[in-house]
Amino acid sequence: MTDVLDPPIVPPIVPPMVLAPIEPAHEEQHGPTGILKWITSTDHKVIGMSYTVTATIMMVIGGAFAEIIRAQLTTPNGTLVSFAQYNELFTMHGSVMIYLFAGPFAFAALANIIVPIQIGAPDMAFPRLNALSYWLYLTGSITMLSGFFVAGGAANFGWVAYAPLSNSTNTPGAGADLWIGALLLTGFSAIFTGVNICATVFYLRAPGMTMFRMPIFTWNLLVTAILILLAFPVLTAGLIMLYCDRHFGTHIFSVAGGGVPVLWQHIFWFWGHPEVYILALPFFGMVTEIIAVFSRKPVFGYKGMIFATLSIGALSLGVWAHHMFTTGVVLLPFFSIMSLLIAVPTGIKMFNWIGTMWRGEIWFSTAMLMAVGFLVTFLIGGLTGIYLASPPLDFFTHDTYFVVAHFHSIVMALVLGGMAGLYYWGPKMTGYLLNETIGKIQFWFLFIGTQVFTLPMYLLGLRGMPRRVAVYPLHTSWQYLNEVSTVGAVLIGISTIAFVVNVAYSWKKYPAGDNPWDGQTLEWFTTSPPPHHNFYRLPQIRSERPTWDYNHPGHTAAEHGHHHEPHDAEQLT
Amino acid sequence: MEPPALTPRGVSQRTPRWRRVRRIAALPIAALALAGCTVPTFGAVPGATTSSKSVYHLWQGFSIGAVLIGVLVLLLILWSVIFHRRKSANIPKQSQYHIPLEMTYTIVPILIVFGLFVATLVVENKEVANPTTNVTINVNAFQWGWKFTYPDKNVVVVGQTTQDPVMVMPVDTNVHINLTSSDVIHGFYVHAFNFSRYALPGVLNQFTLFAVNTGTYNGQCTQLCGLYHSLMFFRVEVVPMTQYNAWLSSKANAAVAQAAENATKQQTSSVVPTKPYKSQGGY
Repeated sequence: MTDVLDPPIVPPIVPPMVLAPIEPAHEEQHGPTGILKWITSTDHKVIGMSYTVTATIMMVIGGAFAEIIRAQLTTPNGTLVSFAQYNELFTMHGSVMIYLFAGPFAFAALANIIVPIQIGAPDMAFPRLNALSYWLYLTGSITMLSGFFVAGGAANFGWVAYAPLSNSTNTPGAGADLWIGALLLTGFSAIFTGVNICATVFYLRAPGMTMFRMPIFTWNLLVTAILILLAFPVLTAGLIMLYCDRHFGTHIFSVAGGGVPVLWQHIFWFWGHPEVYILALPFFGMVTEIIAVFSRKPVFGYKGMIFATLSIGALSLGVWAHHMFTTGVVLLPFFSIMSLLIAVPTGIKMFNWIGTMWRGEIWFSTAMLMAVGFLVTFLIGGLTGIYLASPPLDFFTHDTYFVVAHFHSIVMALVLGGMAGLYYWGPKMTGYLLNETIGKIQFWFLFIGTQVFTLPMYLLGLRGMPRRVAVYPLHTSWQYLNEVSTVGAVLIGISTIAFVVNVAYSWKKYPAGDNPWDGQTLEWFTTSPPPHHNFYRLPQIRSERPTWDYNHPGHTAAEHGHHHEPHDAEQLT
Repeated sequence: MEPPALTPRGVSQRTPRWRRVRRIAALPIAALALAGCTVPTFGAVPGATTSSKSVYHLWQGFSIGAVLIGVLVLLLILWSVIFHRRKSANIPKQSQYHIPLEMTYTIVPILIVFGLFVATLVVENKEVANPTTNVTINVNAFQWGWKFTYPDKNVVVVGQTTQDPVMVMPVDTNVHINLTSSDVIHGFYVHAFNFSRYALPGVLNQFTLFAVNTGTYNGQCTQLCGLYHSLMFFRVEVVPMTQYNAWLSSKANAAVAQAAENATKQQTSSVVPTKPYKSQGGY
């Protein structure tokens, strides 16, 4: 075992095709270089890298808040932070992680870089709009974090900002307004990205790249983009209403003027639950690609998986009120069955992933380890989610640490998936691999840390500990479990440090080559990093694995039964 | 307790592989048979009310399903991870579709989901029913405390933050709760009742508790309600009916003048909060 990358046993076959005689030297001279390039570029790869770096920094900031929260909860009457500071910390932890890290990392960072290349496009459909998206996102991020520097501190009403706690009486101060402003900015950023991804996927696919030859990652991003377009405008509208309530004397969410506080919850969760899948689907896509490549097999049940993704997208628009079961003002059975049904397509995906690994030749690189870590963690988070779709069980666990544990299992699974994505596609973006030994150390800290962190929180919830409390009574049995959970958070923190160390240590050390993993999709057909408009040449596209088909001509996917598809029918070239 | 059902040896002429599969399939059945004696708690408690007990059993049912499915999926993942590691440079068979298998893992989960839904409905309909009752308590949540009003006797119990106001209620009878909030949203949560409900401004939330065990139980606000959310405790004391009546009468007599004064305020506030909503003119 070397400390460098395990090379594949079979090095990718050098394509026999003669390269089209485009001189790469000309390609390198596009536009300015250095910092000016980062500021002015409309290249999807540069914007994607900006997104990746910014979102990763946000993850570290949100993670630092989490470590302070865990330190505070280690003892029953923690005095590390005051009640007011604690409320700001968990509000900003949730807000930074959801709005500034997970979302943009999912649908803007890797998506920006990979989706156009996977479908053989030269760039996103609207490159300038893409640049605008990034700058709105960066501005929004700075706006939100600047709340810490104003009188009264940052927003402190939780990341869900329930009315009437979020009105100007209960939460005066500029921090809350900056929070609303930040979400308007990042919300428009997301909407523009959604428009861009839809247009790119619908109009810029290479010849031969039919919808059912798109890689799963691209498919998931398409469904994500559609969900963004359906959900984010609702949040934006709600935020404007909230702002009007705070400053212009409207009473949309206040009882006194004839308004309805619960309306905010409806608006928020009508965005908020699709948002869960807006976050999750891109990571599902990453993991799908990685599992297929490192098992050296096609995605098992490719078409079934696409329909599962589509039905998740459709169902996710009809489940929002399962966050509101305990309000007593929603129709319980409808939202219960809709929520339970989401388990079915999610389960299909789980079986697709296992079926892809089944009888494969699995190569456990760091990316694959992270992907398997995702499967296990997501399994735990998914199963505990089923309980919460049942109203009586939700009455019992709502707003306790059980819920906190459930969604942290899910989001930590997404972090594992995102790390898998960085190890897998990082070399394509930068041209250099990361160190595998440090990567594996990072994996074990992250994976074990996640379980040590979340599992005690399930028990805390079942023993009645509510969420968003800064202190808890001495007489409870909660301290021990809180201590264990804090240990898990520290392990996760160490894994983050390991990642930063890895990036610094591996800086331009291990050249990746064009196709280090024997990849299957189009991004592995071009150089690392790809040239200005991504491709000098393209292979024939006859399945969702054009690069694999090209490199392994005798090993195209086996058709099932007698359903033989005439592959050449739609081939344009 | 019966041992897991296995066909006698020799009767079956099936292949060893089939036998192995069946033996694996028999394991969960054996686990269930064992569980018939003592179903594990899966971390929950039966609680002190009729509803809390049925919620607890629903929890156990969901948990058995979750554990079985979780273990099955985990084994499948581990199996692939252990036995399908890269052993050679060979390219594995590029199989992609298996329609019967795909149908199975679509249809079986749908059936499971409908099973869970039916179980949910049965428990839920019992829990949200509001049978007629003689005992009514108005619970009003405010930043940051609780007010328990017994409208029949005009008795009021108020406590803020760490004062832990006590809600006294009789055992073995339906107790009707009218839950309101005076300001922001709060969460009425009693762990031993396996139950919580939002106290919403402008909304009257009603539910019924039927306690079966006497005792003192901790309650706490679960919905973030501002600065001192962490300290919004209360207690519930479930006592026999005679003791409850005695307590109520003594409370009523002890502060008859006080109660009469409160009554004028309370009769209206028991249904709709009359405190002017704080945001009025607050911008």
